[in-house]
Amino acid sequence: MWNSFYDGVVVIVCVNLIAVLGMSVLTGFTRLFSFGNAGFMSIGAYTAAICSVQFHLPFVCSITVGAAVAGVMAFLLGSLTIRLRGDYFLISCLGFGECVRVLFNYTRNLTGGANGYSGIPYRTTGIVALMCAIFAFVIAWNFIHSRYGQAFSAIRENEVAAAANGINVVRYKKLSFVFSAIYAGWAGGLYAHYLQYITPGLFNIGKSSELVITTVLGGLGSLTGSVLGTLIVQLLPEIFRSLSEYRMLFYGIAVVLVILLRPAGLLGYKEFSLTGIIRRITAKRKVQNSEGGSKS
Amino acid sequence: MSEDRQEPILEMKNVEKHFGGVRAIDEFDLKVMPRSIYGLIGPNGAGKTTIFNTITGIYTADNGQIFFQGKDITRIRPHEAAELGIARTFQNIRLFGNLSVKMNVIIACNMHAKYGIVDALLRLPRYRQVSKETEERAMQFLEIVGLTDKADDLASSLPYGHQRKLEIARAMATEPKLLLLDEPAAGMNADESLELVEFVKRLHDTYPITILMIEHHMDVVTNLCGQCTVLDFGKTLAQGTVEEVKHNDAVIAAYLGGEL
Repeated sequence: MWNSFYDGVVVIVCVNLIAVLGMSVLTGFTRLFSFGNAGFMSIGAYTAAICSVQFHLPFVCSITVGAAVAGVMAFLLGSLTIRLRGDYFLISCLGFGECVRVLFNYTRNLTGGANGYSGIPYRTTGIVALMCAIFAFVIAWNFIHSRYGQAFSAIRENEVAAAANGINVVRYKKLSFVFSAIYAGWAGGLYAHYLQYITPGLFNIGKSSELVITTVLGGLGSLTGSVLGTLIVQLLPEIFRSLSEYRMLFYGIAVVLVILLRPAGLLGYKEFSLTGIIRRITAKRKVQNSEGGSKS
Repeated sequence: MSEDRQEPILEMKNVEKHFGGVRAIDEFDLKVMPRSIYGLIGPNGAGKTTIFNTITGIYTADNGQIFFQGKDITRIRPHEAAELGIARTFQNIRLFGNLSVKMNVIIACNMHAKYGIVDALLRLPRYRQVSKETEERAMQFLEIVGLTDKADDLASSLPYGHQRKLEIARAMATEPKLLLLDEPAAGMNADESLELVEFVKRLHDTYPITILMIEHHMDVVTNLCGQCTVLDFGKTLAQGTVEEVKHNDAVIAAYLGGEL
């Protein structure tokens, strides 16, 4: 029953989820838009692949090195660009992502160029990807609810007030950027060990915008929203396989509808929780009861 | 303590700030003594908020020097000012609108939360302990301003007067030595500003803070401030006790006019 097709779907969803969670911290909580996170995925993927193939490192080490290198690149890029305002930062990230793609096309000796890099061992099974995704979610959840995540939200809401309350805005923005890059690199490394063959074209600007679209669709400022967004964006094309050519068309329509109808996304600034729903239902009952009581 | 009283907690010497050709503040001098409540008065555009912004590092002065507890803070950055113990409120309220009332104060309390990134990511005991304490402290500050029952509401959903109080609670949560209040009574009627006067007095009595406030309402200034400075077009018109200033001819001519 559980065949490799479903296994593949699980891997794709989980890998994308990890990248989207990083994006969610950056865009949803810190309100920094990056159209270059596919570049960090690419760096993570190639670094991890090279570690596995050339240096025969164990899988866990390859993934860790890939994520770490992506993080270091984000730190260096962020040191230069993080002070730029909104749109300019976004464009600098977009440029970075494209630079990475073009660079890997030319470094034929190292990355195989446009022909791609092959011979990567198959390590990312469905269960590995799922465990990684759960781990990534827990870590991101803890991060967001700590003083670091609270500082990100403060920066999103009002930079001047955040700084007046002792938050080093530049430092925290950079931290958020590095965090998202590490997640992207992590996702890239897993992806490479699933596909066994990667080309620079996999991590193009289309991939970057897909990550942003997923985050916005799921809801800004909500990690569970990002999970929902990833499920929708990754699963719908699988379900409607015959229509998959129109994938980008549907993305476009979906984003326009979300922006018009629910500007903060499906779960904007709200986390999905069962206890919360139960509490809301019981609270409503109480109100009704007390209203009924006061009338009688 | 007696030594502290002789040294001003905040001193500005010959501070200037220009925007293009406009001199927003010009040769401005100020001495605020510890534990006092000091008033800055002047019509709109007199440069009062600009003075706050140069003290808190949002702007850097073009000329002159600013000292806080004897330390030169002329080129300080905003978050460093907060860490040194300078907190402020804003004339146009700047709350974290999409966050809960409690979270607004927690974020300010976080300045003193001591745990590292590893503690946070793995939810180690230290993190749980500190964040629990932080939350309790935040609730204490909400209690001072009487917003405990609104703790879980969104900050942006509060009525105007409560938003101003929340800003003060947030500023107090950084545990400042110097509190800058930018027009705390703006948009308030006579009763409300009277209540505010009592509130600020209580705050000043409870905590070891010095207050520097910008205010238009003369009754608020008269009730609270020992000393004050009157500004007009970036220039200092008068400096002294409120009574002295009220009877200063230049001030009456330029600003207070027939009101007194």
